[in-house]
Formats: sequence, structure tokens, C-alpha cells
Amino acid sequence: MILLQAVVIALRQMLKNPLRAALTTLGVMIGVAAVIAMVILGRGATADIQGQLAGLGQNLLFISPGQPGMGGPTRGAAHAFADGDADVIAKSVQGLRAVAAVTGSPVRVVRAGASWSTAAVGVTEDYLVAMKWQIRSGRPLTDEDQRTGAAVCLVGETTRQELFGAEDALGKELRINGAVVRVVGILKAKGRAATGMDPDDTMMVPLSFMHRRIVGNDDVSSIIASAVDGEDTSRIQEDIIALLRERRHVGPDEDADFFVRDMKEIEQMVGAITGVLSSFLAAVAAISLLVGGIGIMNIMLVAVSERTREIGLRLALGARARDVMLQFLVEAMVLSTVGGLAGIVVGLLGAWGATRQFGIPLVVDGPVLLLPMAFSVVIGVVFGFLPARQAARLRPIEALRHES
Amino acid sequence: MSADGAGGAAATGDGLICFEQVTKVYGQGTGAVRALAGIDLRIGAGEFVALMGPSGSGKSTTLQIMGCLDVPTAGSSFFRGLDTATLGGDDLSLLRRNYLGFVFQGFHLLARTSALENVELPLVYRGISTGKRRIMARTALAAVGLSGVEHHLPSELSGGEQQRVAIARALVSEPSVVLADEPTGNLDSGRATEIMEILATLNRQRGITIVMVTHEPDMAVYARRIVRFKDGLIVEDKTNEAPTSLRPPRAVAVSP
Ligand SMILES: Nc1ncnc2c1ncn2[C@@H]1O[C@H](COP(=O)(O)OP(=O)(O)OP(=O)(O)O)[C@@H](O)[C@H]1O
Ligand SMILES: [Mg+2]
Repeated sequence: MILLQAVVIALRQMLKNPLRAALTTLGVMIGVAAVIAMVILGRGATADIQGQLAGLGQNLLFISPGQPGMGGPTRGAAHAFADGDADVIAKSVQGLRAVAAVTGSPVRVVRAGASWSTAAVGVTEDYLVAMKWQIRSGRPLTDEDQRTGAAVCLVGETTRQELFGAEDALGKELRINGAVVRVVGILKAKGRAATGMDPDDTMMVPLSFMHRRIVGNDDVSSIIASAVDGEDTSRIQEDIIALLRERRHVGPDEDADFFVRDMKEIEQMVGAITGVLSSFLAAVAAISLLVGGIGIMNIMLVAVSERTREIGLRLALGARARDVMLQFLVEAMVLSTVGGLAGIVVGLLGAWGATRQFGIPLVVDGPVLLLPMAFSVVIGVVFGFLPARQAARLRPIEALRHES
Repeated sequence: MSADGAGGAAATGDGLICFEQVTKVYGQGTGAVRALAGIDLRIGAGEFVALMGPSGSGKSTTLQIMGCLDVPTAGSSFFRGLDTATLGGDDLSLLRRNYLGFVFQGFHLLARTSALENVELPLVYRGISTGKRRIMARTALAAVGLSGVEHHLPSELSGGEQQRVAIARALVSEPSVVLADEPTGNLDSGRATEIMEILATLNRQRGITIVMVTHEPDMAVYARRIVRFKDGLIVEDKTNEAPTSLRPPRAVAVSP
């Protein structure tokens, strides 16, 4: 009953100074909304990337020259794989479905009136199978293309869109770094990732064409192997390592000059990166919440000092210190709760809009919504309560005489 | 707090309000001001007392100490036999809540709060229901001639109207003691007379104790006792044998 009355008084008080109430709640709202939106976005992006990785399946192995590092330049002058390495792996290691040799290169693609920079990959025909690419129209790369080094290519959806727009791309010719290639197939879109990585911003040419006409050497920069479902990838991993050590003449006591990663490791790596990214976003948002909190604190301090005379009057008319305290407590709580609720709504709306914009899933749970709000309510209450208690402890006549 | 005269501390049972050598010093060191220089004063239940004296002589200070809003620097003040120096803040709040009604010299109305809500304020802390508060506040406003401005804000009222709202607020809780600091200071003589009639009636019919500060001899004559201050001391304390009918000679009124 008394509490209800305090809430009513608090609401009336807010209406008496709507601008101040609005500003106070705005501070809370922005802080809460920022944290909520950031955390939700971070989670959505993580879920999205994990989903994309999962789409590749669990049975991929990535074989790269050099030493494993976290994305930085590899140590030592590791030499690339040779042309035959992928074939040998395919023939000697049991349980593989597809083995593709890959050499990538950034290229500038030109077509009458349009040009586009993208990443071209020279691949053997197994690449589409291993990476689960599908052909939307046209045909895949063939053994024949590979042997003859045919000047043909497959284009990803983004590349197609940039170069051809609404036109039909099949059969058209493009110039890549001066060489003319014909589009024989269009890849089915995989969709852009939340991180901005766009798998469709690509084009594929036969590896032999890449070697001869674009990079000008025989290096294979990585090999991708896909295991048959149900096969033990760690056994396959060991077999591949043993085979390649031999082929690359690595002595028994030497460190290998290449490494093999399976999907689990890659997922862990990506998880670590997105984890850092989302905590960073959350930290930035938390700062805005803190700033919002300082805003509440500021306004509560001003409000209390301004209302010291009111406190004095209430005391003079028979309020006890605790009656006054209750009132301020409730006022601070009502203000910050209203701000917090608005923050939840705005944060959710923002997160919803952003996730739709980036095409990532909306991942929401209770703690994400309630913790930031609880935090701002606590700040409002603490910083409203302390100065109010100060005032309520004054002798009434001193509080009444206070000049604000 | 309802137990009458329960405070055993004092041998000063006689008198509702009792001052013993009350001294009040504001500030410290060289800037200290001695507002009261040791006064003895006893006011019984049902009295109607006017405090008079030049500006700065300590009248408001006296009223504040009587009303348990402040405590003496030295000496003792008793309310209903209780030594206010021995009471905590909450006990003093309860005394004010249950027995006292104030009219402050500066009104002290809550800004941005309607006249009606201002008058309701003392009732809030008495736990009276909203509906009943409303009725009591309207009645009190009507008693001071303010029907029709219930929903005006203080900033929309004249000085005299604000003063009458402050008076209504002091009377609304039907306190047993009303302490009024220049309640008619901003009123024309017609209004002032009305207010004095209200106070005198409350005093006569309901036995409410009234202590009132005034500069105006015309108002002081409504009281049955007139206490005169000068430089923080009581210089005269006399009974007004014939309240409202007796007109004191002009010379007494103006004392420099
Ligand atoms: N809070 C205060 N701090 C310092 N000095 C004060 C304070 N309150 C009152 N005084 C001083 O104490 C003295 C008595 O003040 P008080 O308000 O009691 O006078 P008063 O008789 O009510 O005067 P007036 O008729 O002008 O209202 C004055 O000299 C005043 O300046
Ligand atoms: Mg005064």
C-alpha cells in the first residue's frame, strides 16, 4: 500500500518535470539498449559463422605449407606443394571422397564496361565436391579442362552480379589479368556472413590455367581433402602427414614444414576470434551503459540537492527520514526502470533490424535483457539514495533553508 | 506517541511547551550569531500567544525550537514534557506529525504542486486514504476562502493566496498546536482579520494551542498573551485581558 503510494507520487513527480525525467530515462535507455543490441549482434554473428562452418560438414581437412600460426605470416620459407601431391594423397590415403589442390590469387576481372576485383582460385575438379559448392546453371570444371588448361571459369553470385547484373553470364567472355576466359558455370549463392566475409565473391578456374596464365609457376598453395562420412578424420590426418613428410623429405627428428587442420580446430579458431570480437563489442557497449549510469547519478544528485528544501518540508510535516528515503528510492527506481524497459525495447528493435540487415540469426535470452537493466536500476538507486539519505539526515530547518 | 505526558524525563510537567534557559547560536567562531540568549518560557495547553519584537530578535528561532524543527545550542526545550534534545529524528518527526501544524514565514509550498496537493501533504504521513485526504484538504482550503483554486500551482497564486494555502496546510491535520510565523504578513487587513478569526475560533472552541509571530498590533490583540522579544531575550510577557476588544496604545506596537 505505502509502496504503491510511493510509486504514484514518483510518477506524478516525473510528470511535474517531464524534461528531466525524459533525459534521465534517455541516459538509461541508451546504455541498456546499446549493451543489449551489441551482445545480441555478437551472439548472432557467432551463431552465423558457426552455421556456415557447419554447412561445410565435419569431415574437411585443410593442408597448408609452413607452420601453423594464428593467421599471421608463416614461419620460414616453406615451399609450396607440388602438382602431384594431391593426386598421391587421393590414391594412397584410404577413406577420402575428394582431394582438391588449390592456388588462389587476387585478380581484376574486366568485361566491356565493368570491372571487379575478386579472389580467383585455381582448383582441381574435386574442389566443388569438397567445399560443397553447387552449380546453379552451366557445368562444373572437368578433367578435360584441367588437362588442357582450358580458359574457362565458374563465377560466384557476387562476382556475377557485379559484372553482369541482369544479363545472362553463361558463355560470355571475361578478361582476367589480360587472359580471356569464358564463363561456363554459375555457382549457387552461399550467402554473405555476418563478419562481412562473402564466399560468393569469387571465381574458379582450372588449376592448370591458374598456373600457366595467372601466377606463372606450379605452386599449389593448399590441399583440401574431404573424408567419406563416418571415416575417422584423425587417422586420415595421420596418414596424410606421414605421406607428405616422406614426399617432402622431412627427417624423422625435424618439424614438418606443413600442417593439417580439421574442422574442429578451425571452428575453435573461429570461435576464439568471434569470442574476442563479441566481448569487445560488449565492452564498448558496457562503457556506454556506464556513461548512462553516470548520467543518472548526475541527475539524481542534482534532483536531490534541488529538492533538499522539499525534503526539509516533508520532514517538518511529519515524514520520518525513512519515509523520505522510501520515496526517493522508489523515484530512482521508477525512473531507471522506465528507462531500462525502454532500453530493452529499443535494444531489441535495433538488434532485430541489424540482424536482418546482415542476415544473421537473432539470438535472445533472459539474462541478456535483464542484466543491463538491473545494472542501471542499481546505479540509479544507489546514486539517488545516497544524497537523499544525506538530506534526510539534516535537521529539517537546515534542509528547509538549503539554497539550491 | 499518543500517551499524554508519558515522558518521565522532565520535572516540567506543567506546560505543553517549556523553555529553560534556551540559547541558540548560529554559526561558529567570529561569524557566530546568538539568536537566543537564554530564555525561559512556559506555554500551557489551550493558550493563544503572540510573539512580537523587532526583526532579528529571535522570534522565528523560538518558534522553530518549539516546533521540534531545531534544537537549542544550550538549555532545554520540552514538548509535552519530553526533552527534545534527548529525542531522535524519527521521534521528533512523529511529534510533528501528530501534534503540530506550521505556518512558515516563507510559506514553503511545494513548487509545481497544486494547492490541493500541498494542503494534503501532512495527511499523507498520517496514513489517511486518498479520498479522505482530498475532502479534508478541500474543506481546509474553503475555510481560508480559497474554494476554486484547488488546482492552481503556487506560481499561479498571489502572495496572499499562497499564504492562505500555507495556513490551510497547517490546519488540515487538526493539530493540537499551531505554530504560525507571521500568518497574516501578506494579507490585506480584511483577509488578515478573517484568518485571525479562524485561529481565535479554533483556539476558543477546540482548545487548540496557538503560538503566532506577528509584527502587527492589530493581530496581536486576538491573542490572550503577548510575549515581547528583543535581542534574543524576552523583555515583556503580559496577559491580554480582553482579546480582540482591547486596542493597545500605538506606542506599544512600535518598539525599535
Ligand atoms: N540559519 C541561520 N544562520 C545564521 N544566522 C541566523 C540563521 N537564522 C537566523 N539567524 C539570525 O538569528 C537572529 C534571529 O533570527 P530570527 O529569524 O529568529 O529573527 P526574527 O525575530 O524571526 O526576525 P524577523 O521578524 O525578521 O523574522 C537574526 O540575527 C538572524 O540573522
Ligand atoms: Mg522571523
